[in-house]
Amino acid sequence: MFRYTKLTLLREIGLWALALIFLAPFYFLVTTALKPDSEMYTTSPLALPKSPDFSNFVAVLTATGNSNVVLGLVNSIIITTGSIVGLIALGSITGYVISRSTRRWSKGAYYLFLIAIILPGQLGAVPLYMGARAMGLTGSAWGLIILYTGMLLPLSIFLYSNFFRGLGTDYEEAATIDGASRSQIFAKVVLPMMAPATGTVTIFAGLIVWNDFFTSLIFLGGSANQTLPVAMYYYIGSLVSEWNSIFAIVIVSMIPMLALFLFAQKRFIQGFSGGLKG
Amino acid sequence: MTATMQPKSEAAKAPLRGRRTPGAGEKPRPRSTGLQLGHWWWALPGIVLVIAIHYVATGIGGFFAFTNWTGIGSFKVVGWQNFEAIFKDPTKLGALTNTMFLAFGSVLLGNVGGLIIALGLNRMLKTRYILRTLFFMPVVLSPLATAYVWKYIFDFDGPINVFLTSIGAGDLAKPWLADPQWAIWTVLVVLVWGSTGFAMVIFMAGLASVPVEVEEAAAIDGANLWQRFRNVTLPAIRPAIAIATTLGIVQGLRVFDPIMALTNGGPAGATETLATQVYKQAFALGNFGGGAALALVLAAIILFFAVIQQRLTRSNPED
Repeated sequence: MFRYTKLTLLREIGLWALALIFLAPFYFLVTTALKPDSEMYTTSPLALPKSPDFSNFVAVLTATGNSNVVLGLVNSIIITTGSIVGLIALGSITGYVISRSTRRWSKGAYYLFLIAIILPGQLGAVPLYMGARAMGLTGSAWGLIILYTGMLLPLSIFLYSNFFRGLGTDYEEAATIDGASRSQIFAKVVLPMMAPATGTVTIFAGLIVWNDFFTSLIFLGGSANQTLPVAMYYYIGSLVSEWNSIFAIVIVSMIPMLALFLFAQKRFIQGFSGGLKG
Repeated sequence: MTATMQPKSEAAKAPLRGRRTPGAGEKPRPRSTGLQLGHWWWALPGIVLVIAIHYVATGIGGFFAFTNWTGIGSFKVVGWQNFEAIFKDPTKLGALTNTMFLAFGSVLLGNVGGLIIALGLNRMLKTRYILRTLFFMPVVLSPLATAYVWKYIFDFDGPINVFLTSIGAGDLAKPWLADPQWAIWTVLVVLVWGSTGFAMVIFMAGLASVPVEVEEAAAIDGANLWQRFRNVTLPAIRPAIAIATTLGIVQGLRVFDPIMALTNGGPAGATETLATQVYKQAFALGNFGGGAALALVLAAIILFFAVIQQRLTRSNPED
């Protein structure tokens, strides 16, 4: 009964117009980043660059010291990957045990993780900083990987344990009958089946860790291991309204996540909306 | 950060469902078979890490809220002094009201916008998936990075003022972010832009659960567009609304990155939020006790809305 009518076409055109306004910031971002210094003061902010040049990008990628963007990029990749690996390893095994255990403690552990998801992180930031400083973990990539893993672990465990609860135990029972040990069952039966949950954990954790500014500013700010957002913050702090240079670094910082999103956008959006169904 | 909040809805739902009708909300467990899967100690590293990073750290933070510690040396327990200081300092008090204004404002506008876009994309559109991707894009990008783009757009020599001048409305042009009255509204625009796509995706998932037959039946029975929305669509997406609004509020209360990029709390504290004040007090000014007290206030507010979220999700008619 619902057919594609003229009204639908109108709706489609209207939404495209809205989308173009919505995405206008990206127009300014790209056009301005391509303008050389001389054009910044002579052309309108709304105009396209007359002679696009990439010198701003070269300047960004060769910056050193506190605002070493390439180093920041590498650190961000290391820290994000490390945290994701930690979250998958610890999250899957913990989620598995608490969803499969028949003992009462597993229920308690489940609530322990649930409450930790709701617990706001700001209050713990100060003591965590003091603890990390005392253990010499501030300014180190390892310290931040451990920290992110701990911070996001309740979320990861929660996603995994809900997944395992829905999975059923038929395969595991069959493997038990065939004489597999508990570790063998986990490694050979459960591990290959948990890819959907791993995908969701990877997307959430990857997004949060990659974009996080607060935690890495506190724990890594000023060190050689700082992440991309912090390097970007310092780089921009040293520029006064040199928007073409600022936007070059903004673009560089956006490209990895944007590429990943456009590549796996369906998975991203499913991850976000699928969380609703539990 | 958006993502952290998301599964809270599930978090809120799962145990509560179980409490009302015991066992009903849970998938069958291998209870009867007596089968042992996994060893309990496999969970130990995870439990220890979560207790240390979430519970112990939060507990210590709560304790320091009642001290005058500066970050080094000794400290004294000062009782409620740090909290009294919050309510005497106009900047901190302003941070409190700004945080509330931004959280509620961005949720209201972001959800209305997200709902309108979701409804627009809901049926028959040929390019709905491309449009959905475009509208969702700001959600995955770093709030810090996108805020810099907005800083330029609202700059005195930036696109908005140039545009206003070119259409002959030059007297409306102003230094948006440097104007104590307008700066907070500017921040609000940026937050709404960043959260609309998130609300849209939640509403699209909610709308997808409305069977097309029901809508068709209503249309055949002569219900107009508004009646169909009011009586068919809206009741069906009520859970989605509850989730999108409460997640958005909890998320909005933590706002930090965009402020640091746009205004750094200025002009004259006009855009300070609790999160920026926690950072400045504890890490820039060395007032650890005061920062912890602010963090405790923020935590209490967030917890309050998280509990409301649970209540709302629980009162879903479907459950």
